[in-house]
Amino acid sequence: MPYDDFLTEGLAAAVNRQDRLVWRGRHLHTRFLLENGPTAHLISIDAGQVRAVRRGPFVMPHWQFALRAGAEDWAQFWSPDPKPGYHDLMALIRYKRLRAEGDLHPFMSHLLYFKDVLACPRQTGSQP
Amino acid sequence: MNSPARQSQVSTETFFEAITGRYLHLTLRGRPHRVYVEEAGAGVPLLCLHTAGADTRQYRALMNDPEILARHRVVAFDLPWHGKSSPPAGWRDEAYALTTQDYAEAVLAVADALALDRPIVMGCSIGGRMVLHLALKHAERFGAAIGLQSGAHVEPYYDLEWLDRPDVHGGEVCAGIVSGLVGPGSPDEHRWETLWHYMQSGPGVFKGDLHFYTADGDIRQRVGDIDTTRCPLWLLTGEFDYSCTPQDTEYLAQRIPGAQWQIMQGMGHFPMSEDPERFLAYLRPVLASATKACNRSATGAVS
Repeated sequence: MPYDDFLTEGLAAAVNRQDRLVWRGRHLHTRFLLENGPTAHLISIDAGQVRAVRRGPFVMPHWQFALRAGAEDWAQFWSPDPKPGYHDLMALIRYKRLRAEGDLHPFMSHLLYFKDVLACPRQTGSQP
Repeated sequence: MNSPARQSQVSTETFFEAITGRYLHLTLRGRPHRVYVEEAGAGVPLLCLHTAGADTRQYRALMNDPEILARHRVVAFDLPWHGKSSPPAGWRDEAYALTTQDYAEAVLAVADALALDRPIVMGCSIGGRMVLHLALKHAERFGAAIGLQSGAHVEPYYDLEWLDRPDVHGGEVCAGIVSGLVGPGSPDEHRWETLWHYMQSGPGVFKGDLHFYTADGDIRQRVGDIDTTRCPLWLLTGEFDYSCTPQDTEYLAQRIPGAQWQIMQGMGHFPMSEDPERFLAYLRPVLASATKACNRSATGAVS
């Protein structure tokens, strides 16, 4: 399944079935933009559960923070066996492959949570 | 190489480890301090320095390895503000920021207090940086130096203010920042114990250590002056480390004549605690060479 399809069709179930992951996000309510190359997704989180994922294009979208990376970089990150430098969100940031923008409080205060949420496409073995 | 996370074997026996811990009272920067020191084994002293925001527990495997303890007196201590060491009196009214001078003085004072005769000094991350400073400025005090995850400098790649905010849980964010620095294939048990150490750090301590790591401890302009004939130097760096990267270590190796270096496949920023078994396989031959170098330099064969 292409990664963009997984995000819209599979991410919510992949996150919401992990009770402990949802529990860790129990105080989190946010909507963020995930930019996978040319394709944007608005991901809404309510008490740790992924409530909705909408795929762009958008007209005047509203989000609290944005994570933007190229499709090839996300594909490397989501591969089952990522190479050094592609294996972690902070590694992507370190090498300027991922840009984190906006009000980053939800992201930084729940960094371990978001690392697990955004690793879900990797665990499904989905392919672009 | 980058295999899925492994599980290590967990012993069900009841036993005491070989490690003993004591509290050392000493004066640092003119102020009394209470510093926690652990040691095990006997032989050539090996003084171990922990990473930023962590403590001596990172060396638990090294200090329980019978082969190493048969040859070495392994010593580690918690820097002031870390682990079981206290911050100095009056800490509530000051911001913690580690400087090169603070750090070097603490290492030398502990070595003096324990009468360590030209120990091998080994440190990781900020400890790996301090090893470079010690080899440069205090070569006569150490028989050899081993830098784990050593780099001359690192530019901050995230806003360090996130590490010390009342509206962000310090333990959660510190562990979140460093979690990807553990190699992806490291055993889950050791990965999460390594992160637990970060989750337990005092408020602002990790950030204060990064003052040394990102600003005050920049040694890029001076590493070429390290004389490995006076203090032999080995550098071991994990392949997956994006803080002290393999490229950072290669930079050092190109500028320090005589420095020996190796990239540890599959490993990250915390080799001694994230995957001790794999790390010890890399360390043993280095430790053997460092011990020989110590003996040679002690007898004058290395001037």
